[in-house]
Amino acid sequence: MTSTRQAPATTQAEAHVQAPAYSYPMPSYLKPRFRVEIEDRRCIRCQCCVEQCSFGALFFDQRRNEVGTVEQNCVACHRCVVFCPTQAISVLRHPVEYRENAHWRPEVIEDITRQAETGGVLLTGMGSDKGWTCYWDKLCLNASQVTNPSIDPLREPMELRTYLGSKPDRVELDPKSGGLRTRLAPQVMVETPILFSAMSYGAVSINVHEALARAAAMTGTLFNTGEGGLHPKLYSYGKNTIVQVASGRFGVHPEYLDVASIIEIKIGQGAKPGIGGHLPGEKVSDDVAFTRMIPSGTDALSPAPQHDIYSIEDLSQLIHALKEATNYTKPVSVKIAAVHNSAAIASGIARAGADIIALDGIRGSTGAAPKIIRDNLGIPIEMAIASADERLRKEGIRQRVSLIAAGGFRNSADVIKAIALGADAVYIGTAALIALGCTECQACYTGRCAWGLTTTDEKLTKRQNPDIAAQRLANLLEGWSHEMKEMLGAMGINALESLRGNRLHLRSVGLTQQEADVLGVLQAGA
Amino acid sequence: MQGQLNPDNRYGEPKVIDACSLFGVLDTTGRRFSGHGVFKAIANMHDRSNGLGGGFAVYGLYPDFADYYALHIMFMGPQARSETEAFLNVHFQVFHAEPVPVRAAAKVASPPEIWRYFVLPRRAESETLADDDLVIHRIMHVNTTIPSAFVFSSGKNMGVFKGVGFPEDVADYFRLDEYLGYLWTAHGRFPTNTPGWWGGAHPFNILDWTVVHNGELSSYGINRRHLEMFGYYCSLQTDTEVAAYAIDLLVRRHGLPVEVMAKVLAPPLWDEMEQLPPKERELLTTLRQVYGSLLLNGPFTIIVAHHGEMIGLTDRIRLRPLAAAVKGDMLYLSSEEAAIRLVCPQLDRVWKPRGGEPVIGRIGTPMALPSEGSVQNSKVVLR
Repeated sequence: MTSTRQAPATTQAEAHVQAPAYSYPMPSYLKPRFRVEIEDRRCIRCQCCVEQCSFGALFFDQRRNEVGTVEQNCVACHRCVVFCPTQAISVLRHPVEYRENAHWRPEVIEDITRQAETGGVLLTGMGSDKGWTCYWDKLCLNASQVTNPSIDPLREPMELRTYLGSKPDRVELDPKSGGLRTRLAPQVMVETPILFSAMSYGAVSINVHEALARAAAMTGTLFNTGEGGLHPKLYSYGKNTIVQVASGRFGVHPEYLDVASIIEIKIGQGAKPGIGGHLPGEKVSDDVAFTRMIPSGTDALSPAPQHDIYSIEDLSQLIHALKEATNYTKPVSVKIAAVHNSAAIASGIARAGADIIALDGIRGSTGAAPKIIRDNLGIPIEMAIASADERLRKEGIRQRVSLIAAGGFRNSADVIKAIALGADAVYIGTAALIALGCTECQACYTGRCAWGLTTTDEKLTKRQNPDIAAQRLANLLEGWSHEMKEMLGAMGINALESLRGNRLHLRSVGLTQQEADVLGVLQAGA
Repeated sequence: MQGQLNPDNRYGEPKVIDACSLFGVLDTTGRRFSGHGVFKAIANMHDRSNGLGGGFAVYGLYPDFADYYALHIMFMGPQARSETEAFLNVHFQVFHAEPVPVRAAAKVASPPEIWRYFVLPRRAESETLADDDLVIHRIMHVNTTIPSAFVFSSGKNMGVFKGVGFPEDVADYFRLDEYLGYLWTAHGRFPTNTPGWWGGAHPFNILDWTVVHNGELSSYGINRRHLEMFGYYCSLQTDTEVAAYAIDLLVRRHGLPVEVMAKVLAPPLWDEMEQLPPKERELLTTLRQVYGSLLLNGPFTIIVAHHGEMIGLTDRIRLRPLAAAVKGDMLYLSSEEAAIRLVCPQLDRVWKPRGGEPVIGRIGTPMALPSEGSVQNSKVVLR
């Protein structure tokens, strides 16, 4: 890598760049964000860090016999820090201070500078870092004291099992035989209400896909293919797979639909509501191309809308087309970004025949999105899930669909609060990647992920060993599940369905009355 | 929040937390008998209540008005009765109305005015609901919109009597020694976070269903929200109310047998279901998938009654006590075995039902003694 100060190559941004009117390289005014310090006394010149850095921030200076740095390229992925055998490396915030200004913060100045140099849409990866109010942090959970014994999940049964799918309002029995007359729509069982969110093969490496699939199988839950098809070597995990049908229709064919447990129509994504996807040709390797059913090396462009869905009746047709194609054997989910009207839209989706609705909030992540979109479009998932659940109940159709919440779930408490607000299950994406080494450096869109996560580079991909990665993911789900059982037990509940939508176990701290009303929770102490 | 609808829930509690004593007795031949033994038994469990609530449900109570809905209504404010009666006169044919006779000297706290009305619903031509549903709608209307009026009993040929005091004193106040019934349930209350109020005492009633309850439902929030989808609005803010409505929904409206209803309120664990034969497993799995929001979670014992039937049920991990006993045609259910033995020392069988296993007594069906496998024999338990 050179020491260019422009955004790393292979980005969507280039597509938007106007032909420059100058013929000499424009000097960049951007300053490095991070400083990499290598303590000379500790460094043994093994060059491991240089080998690990995929962003070109480190090189070995033969003349000086030391590691040199190109700090503009450092994204703080910490790969070098973790792999340095002598702990010689520190990554620090670059000590360039701006004059204090609450409005023109350094990030704002840098964004403007970057755009002045590229003329492009600024790209980024992962979820919004803008500090939108996190309502999870303003909700307290209940616990049993005296009048109601708390339950110890290590000694008593504690059930997290969840069935996703449409349920009727009632069960009918045969009046003569007493046998079951009701036949339920297809239900998919998960042992823990935490599912892996959609991450496409292409956006993430094949090893990550395999690890997600195996971890889902190990823990009795589901992973979501995202819009990139499913590599045939993962068909054996079909029982634990949600396959996505999105606007580009990449990788959709009969066998893909047949192997899955659930089919998800992707309308939108929390990180980029209303925006399509763009997998640059550089990431479309032979295997990605084969799985997506497109030529190698071509850009994979997902249109912003599904061009056969311009309204709710069109969605209904696609839902039923997919059910027809799979002989009504599996639930169909519809995923939308949480937006202003998502409660009403959710009601429409339920009436259009979906079995599951997934809502993805403003903190949801992505492999690549315009920064301005990621940070400004959509609403927090807490509000969206609460209002959708309430709306469906008001209309008496909550039983018809399962609700999945997504967008920035950080720990088991976030999950359990979402369930208390009314979600049937949640999707986690970022937390899963963090389990595999991600440090939220937000450079996924470059395709150079040093952890081998969001890349299709063969060499980088090998950094994720599917055996180890699957175990790390399974450990995470297991840990969260144990914690959820502890919290349920503390609340005196031994089955998750008794918490689902049970907002009396939540109390708010520091919310306005209107916020608390939308969430349907009481003030703490009230 | 919707839980705050009711102006007479003085403390705005989303729900009232309490613990209690329960007693129930059924003569399976349908013979009516005096409640003296019931008063004695519930008084024997005096320490399980604290004087903040007691009540009784009596079946076979009004044979002379057996075809009319008997509405027991309490009025807590000056305008409440005239407003309610105006409503009743529009929406019901009222055949008889009178104040419920009381013994003023009894030791109860600030009793409200209580009347009973024997009525049939009037219907507009546009209304196609069955009588029962119509009556429920109108009771919900009174309870949620007329300030300070509560319909707390609405079945035919049965009645609920309840108030603030120890149960034996409440019996004294309502002169229950003067009535006969073939099925009695009784409740003594120990609320822990609010002074009791008359509307919050047990039994809870809708049509001829009554529930007395000992425990706290940690699932209350979702039970209530689920029932709201089916038109039941919990105006009394106690978890017992949701049990009553859930039972009405499941048995009367969805037509499920009582045994099946019990498996909705206290379903087996998923792991237990997997051990069962396929047909049974499919039924139980489907029930739990569909009715998961009606699972009553947290510690409870309930005695549920309606005409001709009395059911005892504990939560599935049995965090509250229940003793059952049979003597001849009589079925007894009680929080404590001692209370049963006090009124009937020689019993054919006494047992402790397992968590989630209902004990069901029916008129015209001699009590079948439970098999050894399904109960814990009390001798073993009590040592």
